Amino acid sequence: MTSESLKKTPLCEACQKAGGKMVDFHGWFLPVQFNSIIAEHKSVREKAGMFDVSHMGQVFVEGPEAWQFLQYINTNNIKNTPPCGTYSHITDEQGRIIDDAISFCLTPEKFLVVVNAACIEKDVAWFEKHAAKFNVKITNDSARWGMIALQGPEAIAQAEKLIAGVGQMPRFTIKEIELFGVKGYVTRTGYTGEDGVEIMLPEDNIVKVWDSLLQAGVAPCGLGARDVLRLEAGYLLNGVDAEGCQTPYEAGCGWVVKLTKEDFVGKAALEAQKTAGLKSRLTGFVLMAAGVPRSGCKILKDGAEIGYLTSGTYSPLFKGIGVGYAPTDLPEGAEVEIEVHGRKIPAQKVKTPFYKNRV
Amino acid sequence: MHTAENSKYCKTHEWAYLEGDVATVGISEHAQQEIGDIVFVDLPKVGQQVTAGQNCCVIESVKSASEIYAPMSGEIVEVNEALNGDPALVNRSAHADGWLFKIKVSAPAEYEALLDLKAYQETI
Repeated sequence: MTSESLKKTPLCEACQKAGGKMVDFHGWFLPVQFNSIIAEHKSVREKAGMFDVSHMGQVFVEGPEAWQFLQYINTNNIKNTPPCGTYSHITDEQGRIIDDAISFCLTPEKFLVVVNAACIEKDVAWFEKHAAKFNVKITNDSARWGMIALQGPEAIAQAEKLIAGVGQMPRFTIKEIELFGVKGYVTRTGYTGEDGVEIMLPEDNIVKVWDSLLQAGVAPCGLGARDVLRLEAGYLLNGVDAEGCQTPYEAGCGWVVKLTKEDFVGKAALEAQKTAGLKSRLTGFVLMAAGVPRSGCKILKDGAEIGYLTSGTYSPLFKGIGVGYAPTDLPEGAEVEIEVHGRKIPAQKVKTPFYKNRV
Repeated sequence: MHTAENSKYCKTHEWAYLEGDVATVGISEHAQQEIGDIVFVDLPKVGQQVTAGQNCCVIESVKSASEIYAPMSGEIVEVNEALNGDPALVNRSAHADGWLFKIKVSAPAEYEALLDLKAYQETI
């Protein structure tokens, strides 16, 4: 792999200096792990860990109809009172998931939408297409921002050392900050199932945050640990668990669809699906014997294939876990088999999240 | 006893140590580092026939699955049962206690075709 052609975040050098094993992640040169995925997982579950998430996208939506616009392209009810953030899905006319994103209300006429790295171009094009009908301005500011996710039971205490008052912020809120002399944002959010914050500062300024946290004993963590943590916490990975053809209902996120609100993109299709009922839904499984389930593994019931996994991993807390599409009539606790490298391993359907977060 | 120095290697990162007609097989220190935290080893079955270069074992880390190829042909006569309870033994001791399986070899001459440590290190 030549790293030359890959996009680099402002924290790239800092990650390499901390021992990061760098990989190609959707065209970004990012650390998959530092020392050990298991040790990094433990740091986040028991103390505090940090992730370079600078590849994520920041899109500003401004104007008198900013909120109306966001309501139109999102399935969830977007809160229009600062400093609230709302997690939602963005779907196409058929109700299929394009991306999942958090829209933070900075003022009733200015929102910051944080989107997935792999979806930035696609999302911005989608926003632009629908913005024509609204008095609104879309600014893709993704390239300008560095971002660190600081997560774990000690994350807030660590964040307080840099940003006073973080502990008073409710979950899913945003705050404008000034740190190391530059303006940025902090949000009480994350993708690990632990409490924590995500800190955004422009360009290289984010390196100062990384260095301060590193010095304070926060463990640098990579994409490997992040994937285990988010899967345990039952968070969807768009592009992997939602493959472009599923709706929020099928992805097990029906709670983000608000059919009672005014018209939004995908509403009619989602209403129809809700009435007709679902055939399959994203479902959690735990292996009952040793093995590591992976994306693509077949789910078998009485020898017949009934579905497939979209994500799977070894969880230090629950051993072999995975999520995949399986028939909705499969009962809780049902025993199935998951085929891993030609071996049929007994598994059980379980409720997600696997890990009940303490947040 | 097998060590990094007295074993022979495949380009695919397995080591073999031949004693009489039984070859003990494991993965190199370099390979265990690359694989990372090993959480499960799907060992071959005792009695299974293997040919040199055949995929016969899978090492699972948190992130990935790595196929292990038999360095020599023969019959699997023993597997390292300790790995069922403690797969990370391969990480801690790739060249000694973390061996994977033993082959009763049918073609001892295959051993000569394997790389010595220095030649292997030049390939990585």
